Amino acid sequence: MSLISWGMYPIIKNKIFLLRDAVGLAKYIENTDEFIPYGNGRSYGDSALNDNILYTKTYNYFLDFDEQNGILTCQAGVTLGEILEAFVKRGWFLKVTPGTKLITLGGAIASDVHGKNHHTQGCFSECVEEFTIMLASGEIKSCKRGDELFHATCGGMGLTGVILSAKISLKKINSAFINQTTIKTKNLKETFEAFENYKDIPYSVAWIDCLAKNEEIGKCLLMVGDFANDGNLGYKSKKKLSIPFNFPSFALNSLSVKAFNWLYYAKAKDGVSKQRVGIDTFFYPLDAIENWNRIYGSGGFTQYQFILPKEQSFEGLKEILTKISDSGKGSFLAVLKLYGKENENYLSFPLEGYSLALDFKIEAGLFELLNTLDEVVVKYGGRIYLTKDVRVSKETFESGYPQCDKFREFRREHKMDRKFNSLQSKRVKI
Amino acid sequence: MSYVLIIGAKSDIAKEVARVYAKNGYNLYLAARDSSSLEDLKHDIEIRSGVDVELKEFDITSYDTHEEFYRSLKKRPIGVIVVSGYMAEQTAAQKEWIETLNTINVNYTGALSILNIVANDFEKERLGFIVGVSSVAGDRGRKANYIYGSAKAGFSAYLSGLRNRLYESGVSVLTVKPGFVNTKMTENLELPQKLTAQPQEVAEDIFNAQQKGRNVLYTKSIWMLIMLIIKHIPEFMFKKMSI
Repeated sequence: MSLISWGMYPIIKNKIFLLRDAVGLAKYIENTDEFIPYGNGRSYGDSALNDNILYTKTYNYFLDFDEQNGILTCQAGVTLGEILEAFVKRGWFLKVTPGTKLITLGGAIASDVHGKNHHTQGCFSECVEEFTIMLASGEIKSCKRGDELFHATCGGMGLTGVILSAKISLKKINSAFINQTTIKTKNLKETFEAFENYKDIPYSVAWIDCLAKNEEIGKCLLMVGDFANDGNLGYKSKKKLSIPFNFPSFALNSLSVKAFNWLYYAKAKDGVSKQRVGIDTFFYPLDAIENWNRIYGSGGFTQYQFILPKEQSFEGLKEILTKISDSGKGSFLAVLKLYGKENENYLSFPLEGYSLALDFKIEAGLFELLNTLDEVVVKYGGRIYLTKDVRVSKETFESGYPQCDKFREFRREHKMDRKFNSLQSKRVKI
Repeated sequence: MSYVLIIGAKSDIAKEVARVYAKNGYNLYLAARDSSSLEDLKHDIEIRSGVDVELKEFDITSYDTHEEFYRSLKKRPIGVIVVSGYMAEQTAAQKEWIETLNTINVNYTGALSILNIVANDFEKERLGFIVGVSSVAGDRGRKANYIYGSAKAGFSAYLSGLRNRLYESGVSVLTVKPGFVNTKMTENLELPQKLTAQPQEVAEDIFNAQQKGRNVLYTKSIWMLIMLIIKHIPEFMFKKMSI
């Protein structure tokens, strides 16, 4: 059995070792040339792929909960979904959550994930009080904010060691429901204005229509919201729909994408409307469809996610959206979001500005298109999100991550570069 | 809330079954050999679900201790789930009698020993449910693992008869036939991904089937179809095949 990533591309053969205990792991590290830890396989590209893979989801005990302060300690293979299942009904939620709850705690730290509240709460590492990690030597270290190991590991793509457990602080909630406001905009200018107008609301994200042309470029549905205060903590994960097989590749052409985008956009009322929605609907809309990655067919897909500094965002986004629209290569999903301040971690993705994420089916000509998009990203001082990436060049990567040399040096110094590698780390030479 | 007794609680499937029942509000007795090694699981479940978890020392092949063990439970369980299993490597079991005997004793004799006691009690009370985790390997003997398979076949037949007997008393009996599952037991086997379930899926399936009072559960469900075909291959052909 071989493991693949969420994008189902590339498909390579690999040898899997199941993480069960620290003693077994130490032996594995000693006896294995190089490997990469793998959580729940939700990163899109090749950041968790290599010939040898350490499967960590089997390492999933809850270790401690401090009810007074909402501090939870878990082994790294626990998924965010499991945390919600246990704690929402007791009035606790994750301080930071990405758009899927089907990722492991270890993966959340390694990707230093972010969510709809990045502009108010920052990345996942903000809620990490402490974690333990096994290094290349087999030694287990515990580290906290301020330690170099902490800042290299949060966002470090599993390249500094194997995260074993983490202590995270949860957020108190008084409802499992969110009061949501949806704002429908007509173009990019309106979209930016809407983000600014609503930036004090903790959660926000926009779905953008990538196939819009000319003056309609950048039209979107901006959804903002915050937890209700009604004391209703009823939460049960919904039964999932499932895509049972890979769709044939013709299922997703620009026409069907257009139809989907149009339907989604048309469904929303003009101007501003209000809804009350559950946690799963608000935070994890796509988790409701198991294996939604299969709609792109067996050739796989990738997600292109970049971020541009705020001052350059408008020009840059316009340029990129025009290129995408002209290419006719559709995106099922395009997510736009305004981010808050950058943190100190060496390789964390977010910086203050706008990020856009789009899915593309893997097909001839795609990587050429993405290379031209890269040029625009580099020109405007932006960066590419490693967790989504499967093809970025070393040069593009380096131009976006000014601390990458520090990261490389840290890896070399602790001999991490000899043990922990992914296809991606070898491509961009970190 | 009522207690569920899980026999053979150290297996990967049992661990997930325990979590699912706890999540749905059941307290647990987790029975296994060297049960203190389950402290981490007990703690895990208590944090996740806030239910009561008791660890119970239990050896499925020490038949004469079973009566005493069952009587010692402080509260009668509402349900008993037997997950114990031992899969000897087929060629080893062919050569060494002790491997064969152990396979029979864990998968069949021991399971019957404890379930006879439970069944008598549940029948008397006219209340409770029994779940036995058997295997698709019991549906037809194949050269690749017929020793394990024959013990599971015996267990499946037992559960079928037990279901028939307890029907009158309103006690439900569920036979679970997992296909390939990603567990410690199969860690070194090369399993086809599409036919292989995760222990979490199996546990959810067991819980749902038991709550609905179903009789036989194949998990993943595709295995029902696969075994239907395998069972219907004529013997004169089957004996020549390698599947």
